[in-house]
Amino acid sequence: MSARERLQHPAAWWLWGLGLATAASRTTNPMVLLLIIGVCILVVSERRDPSAPNPLMAFVVIGAMVVMFRLVLTVILGNGIRGETVLFTLPRIPLPEWASFLRIGGRVSLESLLYALYDALRLAAILACIGAANALASPRRLLRYLPATLYDVGTAIVVGLTFAPQLLSDARAVRSARALRGHDGRGIRELARLAVPVLEAAFARSLGLAASMESRGYGRAVRTTPRGRRTASVLAVIGTLGVLAGLYGLLDSSVGGVLGLPLLVIGVVVAGASLAIGASRDGRSGHRRDPWTWTETLTVICGAVPGGVLVVASAQGWTGVVPLPRAEPPPLPVLTVVAVLVAALPAWFTPRPRRALA
Amino acid sequence: MIVFDHVTVRYADADEPSLRDVTLEIPEGELVLVVGPTGSGKSTLLRTINGLVPHFSGGTLTGRVIVDDHSTADHRPRDLATVVGLVEQNPVSTFVTDVVEDEIAYGMETMGLDPTTIRRRVEETLDLFGLTPLRTRPLGALSGGQQQRVAIASVFAAGPQILVLDEPTSALDPVAAEEVLASLHRIVHDLGVTVVLAEHRLERVVHHADRVILIDGGRTSALLDPAEAMADSPIHPPLVALSRLARWTPTPLSIRDARRRAGALRERLVAAKPTAGRDDGTSQRPSVLFEGAQVLRAGRPVIDDLSLSLFPGTVTALMGRNGAGKSTLLGTVAGQLTPEAGSVRVADGPTWAQPASLPARRRVALVGLVPQQPELLLYSDSVAAECAAADQDFDVASGTAAAILDGISGGLDPTRHPRDLSEGQRLELALSVILAGSPTVLLLDEPTRGLDYGAKERLAATLRDLASRGTTVLLATHDVELAAEVADRVVILADGEVVADGPVRQVLASSPAFAPQVTKVLRPQTWLTVDEVAAALGRSA
Repeated sequence: MSARERLQHPAAWWLWGLGLATAASRTTNPMVLLLIIGVCILVVSERRDPSAPNPLMAFVVIGAMVVMFRLVLTVILGNGIRGETVLFTLPRIPLPEWASFLRIGGRVSLESLLYALYDALRLAAILACIGAANALASPRRLLRYLPATLYDVGTAIVVGLTFAPQLLSDARAVRSARALRGHDGRGIRELARLAVPVLEAAFARSLGLAASMESRGYGRAVRTTPRGRRTASVLAVIGTLGVLAGLYGLLDSSVGGVLGLPLLVIGVVVAGASLAIGASRDGRSGHRRDPWTWTETLTVICGAVPGGVLVVASAQGWTGVVPLPRAEPPPLPVLTVVAVLVAALPAWFTPRPRRALA
Repeated sequence: MIVFDHVTVRYADADEPSLRDVTLEIPEGELVLVVGPTGSGKSTLLRTINGLVPHFSGGTLTGRVIVDDHSTADHRPRDLATVVGLVEQNPVSTFVTDVVEDEIAYGMETMGLDPTTIRRRVEETLDLFGLTPLRTRPLGALSGGQQQRVAIASVFAAGPQILVLDEPTSALDPVAAEEVLASLHRIVHDLGVTVVLAEHRLERVVHHADRVILIDGGRTSALLDPAEAMADSPIHPPLVALSRLARWTPTPLSIRDARRRAGALRERLVAAKPTAGRDDGTSQRPSVLFEGAQVLRAGRPVIDDLSLSLFPGTVTALMGRNGAGKSTLLGTVAGQLTPEAGSVRVADGPTWAQPASLPARRRVALVGLVPQQPELLLYSDSVAAECAAADQDFDVASGTAAAILDGISGGLDPTRHPRDLSEGQRLELALSVILAGSPTVLLLDEPTRGLDYGAKERLAATLRDLASRGTTVLLATHDVELAAEVADRVVILADGEVVADGPVRQVLASSPAFAPQVTKVLRPQTWLTVDEVAAALGRSA
């Protein structure tokens, strides 16, 4: 068995996913968003990690549910967009004076529906990007590269990262167990009942994993002084907060792009400093680590291209990036389409994982 | 090597301490077996050794635990990882990576060994545990026995001097369990590793142990010689019960020792015949019928061209190695899976029904399944609420499930949270929930995992009682002793095909892997259980 599987470095796929998600967060053009989802599906079907379950479909389904939910809510409650093209009128439930900002029922216009659709589609596309990153490089593989310096933060990330995939498999198990008690697992009430055992089981398992990592020596301090440890921990927490806030700013355009990027850079620098301080005591070593070669670099670039182009496009207000909800096909910004297509290239040039010998 | 000095552990919100004043000294290079009923504090005792209790679990520990001159009071579990390796009950939830080889390397990476050493030790460990052909396989695609071996190997690879294992064989088939124990035996004998393990299935492990610790209600005995400990332990394997019946001293612990002494007993028994096999019901109309069934999982046939009938009023034990298709077969009868070809039908009065195409409510009246993890069936926050919900689910008079539970368990505190129950009590609760629907076919998937002998006896009595009232019971199990106790008929699966099917005595007595201890000792006679032997002796005396 000398031919060991060559898999891409997991960080490359996650950065690629992040770039694509940034792109998705900056546009509401349905064509571009659908294209992003398509790119995710294409790359995953070509290059998914064969040793872990494929969560992409579940993420896409959740995305579809988000869209449906949003549309139903818009039909019932409206969303403040007054369109000219009235599709139908629901009987309006009269509300007292003090609740005049609310409306239930009434006119449903095509424009308000389109607005809801475009906006929900954006969330669905971001979900697809996360699902794709999960499927291309399982979070557990990424964990091996998580610096031990970030021990406390690291444990939280372990629990967080493994939670979503765990949730999916547990949901399946609990649902089939519920069927054994004569429930077929449909309906809102049923969904609510499922929630508790599923969350409980997934959480217990994530905690079990954290306990196992602890007893197997994750985060061992080999050479450490209390002061160095404290400094590294404080820097790590500040750095992670900075990175998170920066990412939030980057993904949510309403916060303002100025806040996003600088904060992200500062966060990365602080986190880097914490790593540098901690590196002297990070006594871990690697066993057959996935090397970082040109394909990894190129993958990250392919993810960064649509992200960058769309950040610029939305900042400069190119036509079609945030199309008006009108009853007409939205204009297609050609350059952004090309940029998103660039993200599909890793489906060809990256090494193909061998099929698992199941 | 390991010193407990007046150790008492009390978890937050617990009325009673889980360990009381434990003082023990475990010497280096011993294989120590911890024996006790469920909920007696075994897992707590094991987890204090590497400090997970109290560092990770919470609660308070008084007294001192010293491991290889390190006190767990000032060393966290991660600092003790080079000294103590802990293999937990359920290996799947403890895997950190996705692939066998990475999992084995993980512990060494966190310890910062240099890559050449890691590389060499990975190869050595793969060989030692017979995992070389599996090295690139995803962990999720392995069978239970293989996963358990990977879990032990990955902890062992990091080179701890002490290995602590919590029920390492309870989920395994007899052959896989032997493999795991053989690996343990090898590292104890050749490498001087100290091993502490807890296990309910004493018949599998007691003859490997150098020392035994009895534990009950959080109190431990001193380190005992296994034969002496077994001579009067309330928890003992069938072999020990047979030895007590025949008044052998010292108590033999291995089949080989027992056979050497069994000459006289065999002679006394030769005149008596085992009571004729229980009726395996094959003369009646079947209640479950497989006809050329093929069932796929992930596109691969797990069950292929299977034809099998089950009959009302019988208990059938479904056996076979991990991954043979037992759970799939049960899932098909319970309507969770649909056969790709052929058919699976369940008798519905005078007609037949296909379980997968019935609505859930209709199906549960015919078929009840207790899954491998009974806790999946439980979602209320107290025993009483769970029973009430079951009554509602199955549309029966309120109090039905609670009454069944009383009959099975002999009284559970109705206010307790299902999560806080012992493994055995949880199974009893889940079984009561399913029985509230009074299904005509009852399926149990691996019910004895984590069950002590007492809970197993109660389960056996319940199943016999159900069968005598006409229920069809199908039980997938690795536990040959339970099968010998309750089953009328045994079906052995291998690779999704039936390889043996017949009355329990005929199938079990003729199989080297699945024969119960009493049969092995008294061969060529075909006694299955100690009770049978006792009855025969009583008659002939």
